[in-house]
Amino acid sequence: MNQETHHDESHGTVKSYLIGFVLSVILTAIPFYMVMGGDFSKITTVWTIITLGIIQIWVHLKYFLHLNFITEDGRANTFSFLFSALVIIMVVGLSVWIIYESNAMMMHF
Amino acid sequence: MSTLSADLASTKVDAASTHDGHDDHHDTSGDTVFGFWLYLMTDCLLFASFFATYAVLFMNTAGGVSGKDIFELDFVAVETAALLLSSITFGFAMIAAQGQKKALTLTWLLVTFCLGAVFIAMEIYEFHHLIVNGHGPQTSAFLSSFFALVGLHGLHVTAGLIWMTIMMIEVARRGLGKATVTRLSCLSLFWHFLDIVWICVFTVVYLMGAM
Repeated sequence: MNQETHHDESHGTVKSYLIGFVLSVILTAIPFYMVMGGDFSKITTVWTIITLGIIQIWVHLKYFLHLNFITEDGRANTFSFLFSALVIIMVVGLSVWIIYESNAMMMHF
Repeated sequence: MSTLSADLASTKVDAASTHDGHDDHHDTSGDTVFGFWLYLMTDCLLFASFFATYAVLFMNTAGGVSGKDIFELDFVAVETAALLLSSITFGFAMIAAQGQKKALTLTWLLVTFCLGAVFIAMEIYEFHHLIVNGHGPQTSAFLSSFFALVGLHGLHVTAGLIWMTIMMIEVARRGLGKATVTRLSCLSLFWHFLDIVWICVFTVVYLMGAM
């Protein structure tokens, strides 16, 4: 039984792929609907699509790439992903912040 | 000649490990897949720097078109659907491969390949359409960074399609030996990873650009 669970964690089953797929379809459809319909204010739309995008990335990591904290391989993959995510947030986030700030300072000189 | 005998030897090893079911010697396929995962993490950084470039340059349209003028969201929605569907069909191919079902694996790989090809065909059409209308990458910083970012993803998907073709030939000729399944696992990581990058592309570039 234990072996079975480990197998499912690292490879996925038809059920786990289907759950992941249905969730991603919902998480893709909502942002497209919001932007194409244009029924919501810009600020609401931006924050909603960013939040749903992050949730969808998590869904893909869990159901398609099988990241987890249970199996040894899953842990190694998860921690290397988290490290990359940290580096990316620092590189992209801080660069964009610095450049936007300097842009703003040039404009209001 | 030496290549041929090496090939034969590796086929024998494949066959032996398949028949054993449980192999006694140390299994390194997990290390291979983990190594490939680390490569993908560095690829993440490459995409991240392209995203940063786009985020910095997208407002610099040089008096030309902006995202709002050129993005067609219903077209992008179809592209997204093709890529999303291809993710689950690749998942089914992996399940079939782990169950040693050769014909089923090949069928799902072929379906995945077709969906990926639809995506690439649509992207080429979109790029061509933009260029003939005078919105090529040389027009403005916005378009340069747009073509670079979306093109980089497209190049990755194209590489994935070539790899998938090779894997289909390998599965058809050699069956689902241990080494082949490990290679398929790496391709599966690559394919799902590209789908995650596409989530960022359609959210940041297309949806936020079209607002």
